[in-house]
Amino acid sequence: MMIAFLAETAGHGAEAAFPPFETWHMPSQLFWLAVLFTALYIALSRFILPKMSDTIEKRANRVASDLDEAARLNNQAVEAQKALELRLAQARAKARETAEKAREKTEAELASETARVDADLAKKLETADARISKLRADAMTNVEQIAVDTADAMITRLGVKASPADLKKAVSAALEQA
Amino acid sequence: MNLMPAIALDPIHQFQVTKWLDLRLGNIDISFTNASGFMLLGVVLVIAFFGMASRKGELVPSRLQSVAEMGYGFIADMVRSAAGEEGLKFFPFVFTLFFFIFFANMIGMVPYAFTTTSHIIVTGALALTVILMVIVVGLMKNGLGFFKLFAPSGAPWYIYIILTPIEIISFLARPLTLGLRLFANMLAGHIMLKLFAGFVVALIGAGAVYVPIAALAFAMGVALNALEFLVAGLQAYVFAILTCVYLNDALHADHH
Repeated sequence: MMIAFLAETAGHGAEAAFPPFETWHMPSQLFWLAVLFTALYIALSRFILPKMSDTIEKRANRVASDLDEAARLNNQAVEAQKALELRLAQARAKARETAEKAREKTEAELASETARVDADLAKKLETADARISKLRADAMTNVEQIAVDTADAMITRLGVKASPADLKKAVSAALEQA
Repeated sequence: MNLMPAIALDPIHQFQVTKWLDLRLGNIDISFTNASGFMLLGVVLVIAFFGMASRKGELVPSRLQSVAEMGYGFIADMVRSAAGEEGLKFFPFVFTLFFFIFFANMIGMVPYAFTTTSHIIVTGALALTVILMVIVVGLMKNGLGFFKLFAPSGAPWYIYIILTPIEIISFLARPLTLGLRLFANMLAGHIMLKLFAGFVVALIGAGAVYVPIAALAFAMGVALNALEFLVAGLQAYVFAILTCVYLNDALHADHH
C-alpha cells in the first residue's frame, strides 16, 4: 500500500517531492542526529545511568542486609523461645519434685503421729482395763463382805450363831454356784 | 481518492522539513530544522525525565523514580536475556537507543508535532550505527572468527554452499530492514492517522448525509490512534531488542 502511495506521490512531480526522500535536509538531519544522539548517550551513560545503577544496587544491598538482620533476629527469637521452654520445663520439674517431697514429708509425719496417738490410746486403754478389772475385783470382794454381813445379820436374827469363817465359806460357795 | 482535493489536507505535509535556523558547516547545510527541533525536544525530555527521576536516588523511590527504574530494569533485562552478561557493556547504548526512539515516536503522536523517526535518513543512520558497531565489536572480540557467523556449525559441507550466501545476504539485509521497519511503520501510521482525521472533516463538510460515515471514520481514527501508540512503543522495543540480538551475534559468533 505504501509503495503505491509513494509511486503516486512521486507522480506529482518535482513540485511536491516526498519529504523523507528529499536530499537537501539530509546532511542537516545526519548532523543533528549525530550531535543529539551523542549528547544523549553521554548524558545517560556518564551521569544518569551510573546514578540509577548506584541507587538500585544500594537498595538491593540494603534489602539483602535487612533480610540478613531479620533472619538473625528471628534466630535469636527462636533461641530465646527454646531457652524459655527449657527453663519452663526445669521449673515445672522442680515444682513437681518439691510438691512430691512435701507430700512425702507430710505423709511420714502423719504416719508417725498416728502411730504415736495409737500407742497412747492403747496405753490408756490398758490402764483403763486394769482399773476396771481392779474395780470389779474390789466390787466382788465388797459383794462377798456384804453377803457375809447380810447372812450374819439374817442368821443372828434367826438366833443362830455362826463363825465368821464358816459364813465366809458358805457365801463363797453360794457365790461360786451363782 | 477523489475526496482528496476536497479535503485540502495533504497527509504528506506533516513530514515536510522546514528550516528554523540557517546554518552552514563549510559547504554543508546543517540548518536547524523542525526535525532537529523535535529531536532536541526528545533528547531534552529523556534527560529531564531520567535526570529528575534519578536525582534524589532514594531507597524508597518516588513514583517518578519508580517509573524510571522500571525503564532501567526493562532495558537491562532485555540486554541480559538477548545478549547475555557480556552484553551489559552495551547497556547504556541500547538504553539511549530505546528511549531516543521511544520519545521521538511518542512526541510524534502529539498533533502538529514532527515525527523524527518518520525519516529514513534518521532511522537508516541509527540502523547503520548499530550494524557498524556490531561488526567492529565482532571483529574485536572474535577476530576473523567473526565470519563463522556466516557458516553456522553442525551442517553437512554441501549445505554450506547454499547456507553461507543466505547468511551473508541476511546479514547485509539487517541494516536495511532495521532502518526501514521503523521508518515505514511511523510513516504509514501517521499517514493513516492524517487520512482518517481528514475524512472526518471532509465528510462533515460534504453534507449532513455523510455524518454517519464521518462518525465511522472518526471511530476508525480513534482506534488507529490507539494502534499507533502501541506501534510507537513496539517499534522502539523491536529496534532495541534487534540491536541486542545482533550484538549477541557479535559477542558469541563462535557459539553458532
